[in-house]
Amino acid sequence: MPPPPVRSPSSLLLCHCRLPFHISPQTRLPLSHNSSVRRRFHCSAVSALSSDPQIAPTDLTTTPPSSHILSIRESLLSRRRTAADVAGEYLDRLRRTEPHIRSFLHVSETTMREAEEVDRLVASGKDLGPLAGVLVGVKDNICTAGMPSTGGSRILEGYRPPFDATAVRKLKEAGAIIIGKTNMDEFGMGSTTEGSGFQVTANPWDISRVPGGSSGGSASAVSAKQCVVSLGSDTGGSVRQPASFCGVVGLKPTYGRVSRFGLMAYASSLDVIGCFGASVIDSAIVLNVVSGHDRFDSTSSTHEVPDYASFLMSTDHFESTPLKGLKVGMIRETIGDGVDVGVISSIKAAALHLEELGATITEVSLPSFSLGLPAYYVLASSEASSNLSRYDGVRYGNRATVDELNSLYGDSRADGLGPEVKMRILMGTYALSAGYYDAYYKRAQQVRTLIRKSFKDALEKMDILVSPAVPSPAYKIGEKVNDPLAMYAGDIMTVNVNLAGLPALVVPCGFVEGGSAGLPVGLQMIGSSFSEEKLLRIGHIFEQTLPNYRFVPPLLFLELV
Amino acid sequence: MALIFHRGIIANSQFFSRSSGVLFRRLRASRSCTSARGEGTANTLKEELIQVAPKRALEPNTHGFEAIIGIETHVQLFTLTKAFCSCPYVYGSRPNTTICPVCMGHPGTLPVLNSKVVEFAVKLGLALNCGLSMTSKFDRKHYFYPDLPKGYQISQFDIPIATKGFIDVDLPVEFGGGHRRFGITRVHMEEDAGKLLHSETGSYSQVDLNRAGVPLLEIVSEPDMRSGLEAAEYAAEIQRLVRFLGISNGNMQEGSLRCDVNVSVRPIGQSKFGTKVEIKNMNSFSAMSRAIDYEISRQVLLHSLGQSDQIFQETRLWEEGAQKTFTMRKKEGLADYRYFPEPDLPEVVLTKEFVDKLCQGLPELPEAKRRRYEKMDLAMQDVLFLANDNHVAEFFDASLENGADPKLAANWIMGDISAFLKNERLSITEIKLTPFELSELIASIKNGTISGKIGKEILFELLAKGGTVQSLIEEKDLVQASLIFLIVDPAAIEALVDKVLAANPKQLEQYRAGKTRLQGFFAGQVMKESKGKANPLVLNKILGVKLKGES
Repeated sequence: MPPPPVRSPSSLLLCHCRLPFHISPQTRLPLSHNSSVRRRFHCSAVSALSSDPQIAPTDLTTTPPSSHILSIRESLLSRRRTAADVAGEYLDRLRRTEPHIRSFLHVSETTMREAEEVDRLVASGKDLGPLAGVLVGVKDNICTAGMPSTGGSRILEGYRPPFDATAVRKLKEAGAIIIGKTNMDEFGMGSTTEGSGFQVTANPWDISRVPGGSSGGSASAVSAKQCVVSLGSDTGGSVRQPASFCGVVGLKPTYGRVSRFGLMAYASSLDVIGCFGASVIDSAIVLNVVSGHDRFDSTSSTHEVPDYASFLMSTDHFESTPLKGLKVGMIRETIGDGVDVGVISSIKAAALHLEELGATITEVSLPSFSLGLPAYYVLASSEASSNLSRYDGVRYGNRATVDELNSLYGDSRADGLGPEVKMRILMGTYALSAGYYDAYYKRAQQVRTLIRKSFKDALEKMDILVSPAVPSPAYKIGEKVNDPLAMYAGDIMTVNVNLAGLPALVVPCGFVEGGSAGLPVGLQMIGSSFSEEKLLRIGHIFEQTLPNYRFVPPLLFLELV
Repeated sequence: MALIFHRGIIANSQFFSRSSGVLFRRLRASRSCTSARGEGTANTLKEELIQVAPKRALEPNTHGFEAIIGIETHVQLFTLTKAFCSCPYVYGSRPNTTICPVCMGHPGTLPVLNSKVVEFAVKLGLALNCGLSMTSKFDRKHYFYPDLPKGYQISQFDIPIATKGFIDVDLPVEFGGGHRRFGITRVHMEEDAGKLLHSETGSYSQVDLNRAGVPLLEIVSEPDMRSGLEAAEYAAEIQRLVRFLGISNGNMQEGSLRCDVNVSVRPIGQSKFGTKVEIKNMNSFSAMSRAIDYEISRQVLLHSLGQSDQIFQETRLWEEGAQKTFTMRKKEGLADYRYFPEPDLPEVVLTKEFVDKLCQGLPELPEAKRRRYEKMDLAMQDVLFLANDNHVAEFFDASLENGADPKLAANWIMGDISAFLKNERLSITEIKLTPFELSELIASIKNGTISGKIGKEILFELLAKGGTVQSLIEEKDLVQASLIFLIVDPAAIEALVDKVLAANPKQLEQYRAGKTRLQGFFAGQVMKESKGKANPLVLNKILGVKLKGES
């Protein structure tokens, strides 16, 4: 893939019109699997996203997202830029944007030094790793040796792990520079970053809104170009929901695809490390690096790791209908009641775009879908109540000053853990208690089996399933703080995928009204186990052909002016 | 195998050993674990009424009551590395020197099962005649205590690796003897916790995590034992078994073998069990026997006083000094450990090939040994002596392999060898005597080459210095004259000596001038003259006299 031409910030500004398109809530796109308007994508006069004739976009040229990783690599190899230049640019932007969005809990002090190290490597002509000079943000629940890793919790304030998580070690071995640790809801429990023990991160699209969560810091940092790519973790949607809210690509791999060693456990049977990028290619390259079996994680898969990025062709090589024959199932339960109409419109428009690319769209029903949410909260809370037992103040982390053992436990945990975490520990403890186990934990496991089966059945008939990633766009900070059930309900689109252990990719697909430039909406594509390659290929084609793909948040333009 | 699995963590653990001082933090020991010992005072009066169980386990006076005893045994496995990480475990290491992020329960760490643990569990399961669960799993058992790093112990709950077995025991002859079969409920794999070191003042405690994560097998017996003696013999048999299998050193003092005993008492004929009391802190089999018999007497007394409601479901500690059990903690209802399947570990799936291979590789177990020895017409006392210690049994068997007579070999081992070991405080593996030489010795005596008395002399030489029976016999001329050396007649030998002395006047002169080393030369010459048939004892005696010219 050739690197894109470098555009000056001003030209970027010129290109950027306020809202490239608008879909009124009334506009419901017809969704038919034998669409009468089958158009060849390259001669499509009216894009799927501008189907409202009254608000036709002025700029019809497509601006597919390019790979930041590949462009950095190209500029290093061609000696056009040094890694120090690149790092300087990102750090500079980070410094300017960070006061507004607060994505990071810790910013590395050695970034420039490490970049210079990469430059020495370049100068010596030695082989560069696939991520040489690439600045990566790492969610704070993923251990980094010598760098604070708190999981967003006060109880681990100042804790520096003695080892790198396997994913981090692999990133470093590939030449990546860890730029810092990103903010998150405490131990991954939350959907807004408001549950962080330290700070609330703002959405770069509208700083009065949440970036989503729990990997909100990782999503906002990539969206605001504070780092090139980032790692997050996804237990019930914690990568996909913030990706949707922040207009970036978010990838939740198959359970076991990426080692969990070094990921602070929230719900061990659901947790998976995922990644964020500004393009599908970037996500694919990161997945390439971090995937694979790890002898330190017995639940990591020995399934072969294909080269995820090599299958992503440049748009020049696309056929007119590159997704011809692809069977896409639209999950009926995700486009009905309780879902924002703007979101539904965007998703249906995205489906139409997939049709234009040659895919056939069929509505499919997953009867057990609605059971996923309660089952998820029982299982995740149960495992969390166990996994978080280790935060007792005895060996590391914050400890209350007391002189009696029970108070040592009680006070350390009361002081160190936040209200959401305490609530889930209580729920999980309850669900695992003698006399309740069968009614809660065991039953939830049975539901999980049903869900797994219903996905399996659907994915035998369909190549992929699609749905919104979230039922709504990013909401206001504080809006759902006192309504945990409403916040939990926001996870309806994503938790089932974790229960089934499947991979899912979220690609920005449209906007709904809100903020100064609209709010992004992400399309979730779900595949069968270890079908990341297929998802990434479809996501790449979708993204590269989507008209007016410009998911650059207004914050960046404000900053650049 | 495990070493290969976790080699990477060893590097990390080095980082940790440097900063291990972090662990020595002050915290006051919990109320339940230290102050509880004094709480038994309410029962003190009654306890004083009870005769302290005699040192030698005799059946306690049970007055129409019957004791029901079940035992939970924890066996610490001597694998090279811990159950779920690559740390070694060496008893007595400096605190917090064999730890790593995994066994310290650091955030983000995950357990990786040491395959040796499964192997050992299967071996023990087979040895205990259990059924194996071809698919079992690990579960988490939750409780908070500073020696438990993760806040849960990885254990097995509803699907243990082995279930429904039995163990055969021969009671010591001196206590009446008899054969017993005790049921085994289950065997499961789990990890050990660390240790708390309480300060002398009791104002703080320190945490040592060296033992955290060390693999254990928990063996739960059926409530089949009826006396302290039976319980102690059960435990001793478990110890023999794990030693024969080579899966643990079974050392009670080091805590490699720990027994928690449940005792209840009921009137004979009643089918309902009485309230059970758990006893801990017995670190020898005899202590176990005494503690149980004491506890039975205590409960029987309460029953016969009509105070059976004063028997509480509680944990009592055996105090060696007082020869009594004391309340440690009363159980406040059932502890809820909130077991659930360990999501970090896949199921443990055994293949038939794996089990068959281990089954074929099992050594002969104590019960089979005893039955085999019994068939050799050895007395039960001898059978038990030989079979009770796997090293002794190995020695005995090795000497049999070299053709030794069983009865004679047994006598030597149980008599002089055992006395020597006791005197020198040695184990049979540490002596210089080899089973082969013992069989040689026995053969030499049996065929009359040496007498029993000389055999004994040779034995002590072999025990202390080693060597072979043959060389010692030659070196010391201990052979009984009549057999090999045909010429024993002093007159005949004297004639030979005279002949040699006459033929070597020069040497004789030198000898008499003080070169006494030449006696060897003359002896050799006489022997040569006799064509090797002169009895060397007689020869040397006569030669000595003649050389000195005394007659």
